[in-house]
Amino acid sequence: MITLGKALNHGLRRALEDDPKVVIMGEDVGKLGGVFRITDALQKDFGEDRVIDTPLAEAGIIGTAVGLAIRGYRPVCEIQFDGFVFPAYNQIVAQVAKMHYRSKGKVRLPLVIRIPFGGGIGAVEHHSESPEAYFAHTPGLKVVTCANPADAYTMIQQAIASDDPVIFFEPKRRYWEKGEVDLDAPLSGAFPLHSARVARPGTDATVLAYGPMVRVALDAATAAAEDGRELEVIDLRSLSPIDYPVIFESVRRTGRAIVVHEAPGNAGLGAEIAARITEECFYSLEAPVLRVTGYDIPYPAARIEEEYLPDLDRVLDAVDRSFGW
Amino acid sequence: MAKGESVAGSDIPAGGFVQLLTPDGERVDTVTTADGTTYSVDFTDEEYRGLYRDLVTVRRLDSEAVALQRQGELGIWASLLGQEAAQVGSGRALRPQDMAFPTYREHGVLYCRGIDPIMPFGLFRGVDQGGWDPNEFKFNTYTIVIGSQTLHATGYAMGVTMDGKTGSADGEAVIAYFGDGATSQGEVNESFVWSGVFNAPIVFFCQNNQYAISEPLERQTRVPLYQRAGGYGFPGIRVDGNDVLATYAVTRAALDNARNGQGPTLIEAYTYRMGAHTSSDDPTRYRNGSEVEAWKAKDPISRLKAFLSKQKIAKKDFFAEVDAEANRQALDLRERVLEMPDPQPVTLFDNVYPNGSPEIDAQRTAFAEYQASFEGSAH
Ligand SMILES: Cc1ncc(C[n+]2csc(CCOP(=O)(O)OP(=O)(O)O)c2C)c(N)n1
Repeated sequence: MITLGKALNHGLRRALEDDPKVVIMGEDVGKLGGVFRITDALQKDFGEDRVIDTPLAEAGIIGTAVGLAIRGYRPVCEIQFDGFVFPAYNQIVAQVAKMHYRSKGKVRLPLVIRIPFGGGIGAVEHHSESPEAYFAHTPGLKVVTCANPADAYTMIQQAIASDDPVIFFEPKRRYWEKGEVDLDAPLSGAFPLHSARVARPGTDATVLAYGPMVRVALDAATAAAEDGRELEVIDLRSLSPIDYPVIFESVRRTGRAIVVHEAPGNAGLGAEIAARITEECFYSLEAPVLRVTGYDIPYPAARIEEEYLPDLDRVLDAVDRSFGW
Repeated sequence: MAKGESVAGSDIPAGGFVQLLTPDGERVDTVTTADGTTYSVDFTDEEYRGLYRDLVTVRRLDSEAVALQRQGELGIWASLLGQEAAQVGSGRALRPQDMAFPTYREHGVLYCRGIDPIMPFGLFRGVDQGGWDPNEFKFNTYTIVIGSQTLHATGYAMGVTMDGKTGSADGEAVIAYFGDGATSQGEVNESFVWSGVFNAPIVFFCQNNQYAISEPLERQTRVPLYQRAGGYGFPGIRVDGNDVLATYAVTRAALDNARNGQGPTLIEAYTYRMGAHTSSDDPTRYRNGSEVEAWKAKDPISRLKAFLSKQKIAKKDFFAEVDAEANRQALDLRERVLEMPDPQPVTLFDNVYPNGSPEIDAQRTAFAEYQASFEGSAH
């Protein structure tokens, strides 16, 4: 049993071992091992050229990673916190996302941008945001997030091995949660990066979640089971592209869908998913697709973040509403 | 000279700096820099004692905050320990009409602006996100995204010019605070560009405390930071950031230049962050104890104390009185911090838009109903 944070560390270590072109770069990733220690001891073992403490400049981190990638490297960039990605936003959406398209496929940018995201750790402003929709909205980027240590370990390696630029969101409040991880499993046999996974099978309603909310959805399913409702929980894992066949199959079976995320609801991923389910599964639906999301407000002060974050009660409430239709 | 090296036999970093009070508490009367500018200060005894009181008070309030954080009463705290002179010197050099744009560590400047020292605690305790009135105190809210405030300060300063409030001795000036790490950000460089091009009445006050979390200065620059200013077309100057007299003198001169219409200055206050970056940091991973010890010998408070004693400007009972008063303020602050209530959940929806929004209003109503549905239940 290891923590999700440690699983990422192992995954990064293995990527550095397997491919000399992999470099890690970011603020404080070296000696300090990152503010969450995800890169702990990697600089010590792989040197300052492979694990690079960068100047404090996010546009610089991503912009230079683009150049390194063009040069044949596979940079893995760490953005220290979700709210600090925006200085790099121009580089990501205007450059990273478009190089392959612009060059008619001649330029590949196999770079990974790791971003700890989401709330629930009692932090100050800019340390708890969920900016995934901005990136999912940008064609040319892949956007993924893990929800447990096993996925963290394989998905980070898959993201690094991928020829696409990948935004890799890490659910920071799950960094300390433990799970089984097979550190020797070959990557070739792993579950594909861009697939959703049924985290708990069920028959009565489908709850769709990702990243930090998967745990909440699973807890809600456990609670609902006591009331005799079997919720199917799907961990999306990939947010762009979204693995719709898995979702449609489930919703056609259960007839009900509830999308859960921490980000504000307005123009969020839940809206997109709800629209797609409505288009594809209309005749199977017993109720409208419901969303449980953060409110449409800036992420609030820590002492009331629990009111902001979707919790088990709010998911169960949505389940009730779905059944009450 | 190799980077990081000091001028032989002195405490002065390569390239020198303006110092008016040595670590031993000796007054240097005047310092004339290469460009012919002469810096000095002429304080009354009362003013000297006032500066000392400021330094001791902000340090004591800061140490109370560190303690409160350790006791779980604050989510995080960014300590100013070691940087008191840079903050008090520059903060006291500001005139009432001047506007300041801080980062998240400028509790000492905030204090000098006359703001109730409890104000930043809302942010660090997690009950609000700042929330003093920047217009009232001429001190903007704290800025956590590194470097962003330098552009705001530049724009504000451009507005000062557009309002015709420069060009005289009682004009307005603006000061922007940031760290050594921030100088790497694109936005900070853009603020230099804009300020230079528009001759904005601004002082860039960089507290070079030698680290950006774990990364030493060498990770941000190859040249001393103050030298960058030349490339943007305005003067840069380095000052001993642990010397409250020198930081005062240099900042006052730069602010006066700005208010007189002479444009921007970059000040590099050469100092040291004695504590952790914030309370979530582990400095033993990236710096050694002997370095910290060496900087202890340059302490901003002890040198002023030595000076005041030698010059007989203050005696034992003054120092004791200042300590006691600072202590009293710290305990008072502690009590008030502990009493800071958690916000009412429904305040989540306040202040998103100045004139409200139908959608947010609907969410507020639904939220209140949802909350009420738990009342009387086991929830
Ligand atoms: C854009 C951005 N990136 C990263 C961070 C995380 N972070 C907070 S403080 C800090 C170091 C700042 O160093 P410096 O500018 O030297 O100021 P100091 O804290 O030392 O006063 C970092 C990297 C941030 N707040 N904003």
